[in-house]
Amino acid sequence: MTALDSLRDTFRRDQVFDFMRQGTRAVAPGQLDASAGKHILYLEDITVSFDGFRALNDLTMYIRTGELRCIIGPNGAGKSTMMDVITGKTRPDSGTCFFGQTLDLTRMSDTEIAMAGIGRKFQKPTVFPEHTAFENLELAMNGPRGTWHSLFSRLSGAQKEWIEETLQTVGLLKDRYKVAGLLSHGQKQWLEIGMVLMQKPQLLLVDEPIAGMTRQEVERTGELLQSLAGKHSVVVVEHDMEFIRSIASTVTVLHQGSVLAEGTMDQVQNDPKVIEVYLGE
Amino acid sequence: MRDSTFKGALSDRTARTFIGVLFGATLLVTLFNQVFPPDSALHVSAYTVTLLGKYLCYALLALALDLVWGYCGILSLGHGAFFALGGYAMGMYLMRQIGDRGVYGNPELPDFMVFLNWSELPWYWQGFDQFWFAALMILLVPGLLAFVFGWLAFRSRVTGVYLSIITQALTYALMLAFFRNELGFGGNNGLTDFKDLLGFSLQSDATRVGLLIATAVALAGAFVLCRWITGSKLGRVVMAVRDAESRTRFVGYRTEHYKLWIFTLSAILAGLAGALYVPQVGIINPGEFSPLNSIELVVWVAVGGRATLYGAVIGAILVNYGKTVFTGVMPEAWLFALGGLFVAVTVFLPQGLVGLASQQWPKVKARLRQLTDKREGETA
Repeated sequence: MTALDSLRDTFRRDQVFDFMRQGTRAVAPGQLDASAGKHILYLEDITVSFDGFRALNDLTMYIRTGELRCIIGPNGAGKSTMMDVITGKTRPDSGTCFFGQTLDLTRMSDTEIAMAGIGRKFQKPTVFPEHTAFENLELAMNGPRGTWHSLFSRLSGAQKEWIEETLQTVGLLKDRYKVAGLLSHGQKQWLEIGMVLMQKPQLLLVDEPIAGMTRQEVERTGELLQSLAGKHSVVVVEHDMEFIRSIASTVTVLHQGSVLAEGTMDQVQNDPKVIEVYLGE
Repeated sequence: MRDSTFKGALSDRTARTFIGVLFGATLLVTLFNQVFPPDSALHVSAYTVTLLGKYLCYALLALALDLVWGYCGILSLGHGAFFALGGYAMGMYLMRQIGDRGVYGNPELPDFMVFLNWSELPWYWQGFDQFWFAALMILLVPGLLAFVFGWLAFRSRVTGVYLSIITQALTYALMLAFFRNELGFGGNNGLTDFKDLLGFSLQSDATRVGLLIATAVALAGAFVLCRWITGSKLGRVVMAVRDAESRTRFVGYRTEHYKLWIFTLSAILAGLAGALYVPQVGIINPGEFSPLNSIELVVWVAVGGRATLYGAVIGAILVNYGKTVFTGVMPEAWLFALGGLFVAVTVFLPQGLVGLASQQWPKVKARLRQLTDKREGETA
């Protein structure tokens, strides 16, 4: 976020400072309770508007535990805004957003949400450019996040092994001591996925994972995402229809900030409303 | 990868070289001052000893700034304020040490208070007759100010140029406040006429040498401490905040806590530098809060090279040596030279002198090897 954005954010009259809201938290933080239902994420009637433009308009959507969900939609459909709402980057004007049964995401800070078990890979790959691939994963590794703890912490053998396993998974083992800023675009995407994995999240939000990847890399990404589903719940935002067809069981189409259609790829592609939106009248 | 324990920081090569050079220089100056008689050609004057001590104080201050600017990306344009506060805390102790040897001979009140017709010591001057209390305040006052200031600024996510501006405003506001007589810190004259520190006369050569050694030890200690911190996981998180703050938040770190931690520590180091500076130069006045000082400090670090620690130290010593020479030869041109230096470094040497050296070194080495190979070829 640029300084100008944060300044604007500070002076928004329709919002209270985040740190002042913490006292009003209704639920105990930290404990995810996904046991009661078969869903892990509940988005209900979410509305977000920027200067009168409704980026999300009464969006209602549920993500099942362990599923791999793909989200598609034309530009400006609200895909990234939805991710922002889930990860606490943007506050909805109205609506509820629950992670499991107990965690009200609209009342948690972005770091609290990350620690509760939601990992995010951004559209533009954002890694720590001056750190090596290994250090990137070390920083992302699940564990205590306090300042004093970090000062005295040392990697145990098991942690080192875990980092190397993840490097293997994302194909960066031989480049592990390379500074992340020097990796190729595709490798950065992989590294960021690796970082999200190190957080041991319950829910992974993956924004355009295959941009800038070669054919082979795309295939490997698809395999990786599929292997993650089951253990984790995965939400993928993508434009590449072929890629989505190859990995997804359920597809949600967003249009003008709300859900237009939901179902298998075939159902969605044959839906007249979807055809109208994508091909025009 | 470096060993990330404190012991590891002590034994790493950079720290050893740094401490070796620092102590070597200090020892040489001490020996030449103490062993050779004043009329000998090899004698180092007390003036030079104090000058070197002053440079080392500046180096410690630059080190503190490098920690927040180089490693955390917080460009503080008000670090001189913490330096001055540490200096004032030391100055208050030195004032109380004067006792009844002042011009007015009042055993309790410093001269300027007698002059202002004050009848008793203000509450915030209590306790400063004890060295341990003053020492505590030297660390506590700058640390506390930085903590409160940082708490407010970082929680509201004030970053970049806005943060630089409010740090500048902070030091400016403090300067205006300290200029006022009613505040009780001697107004625009500040605190001066110090007699002795812990019973040692500040005018004697031995005390000056002692202060130089104390400064060198403080600088070495601070260097090892910073080396340890920047090599730890905490250091890596802090650098991550510098490079990609929002990513760091989404990975789950409370970035404002990390910034606050490093900012507070840096302010404490700056305060320590100020406290060592005051007995060596013999005065502390509100001019130390001047925004210009803080900006000069930024130039030292930029010239030396950011995020290396030793770069900041080298920059501080070189620029201040340049200042000593320059202001002797043509004082009115110094500010232009300083400004020109800053522009030149920003445009041509973004990594500073240290960056230039590490960039050129492999080329020089390769060239040397070529030359020796050629010579060997000729002789063979």
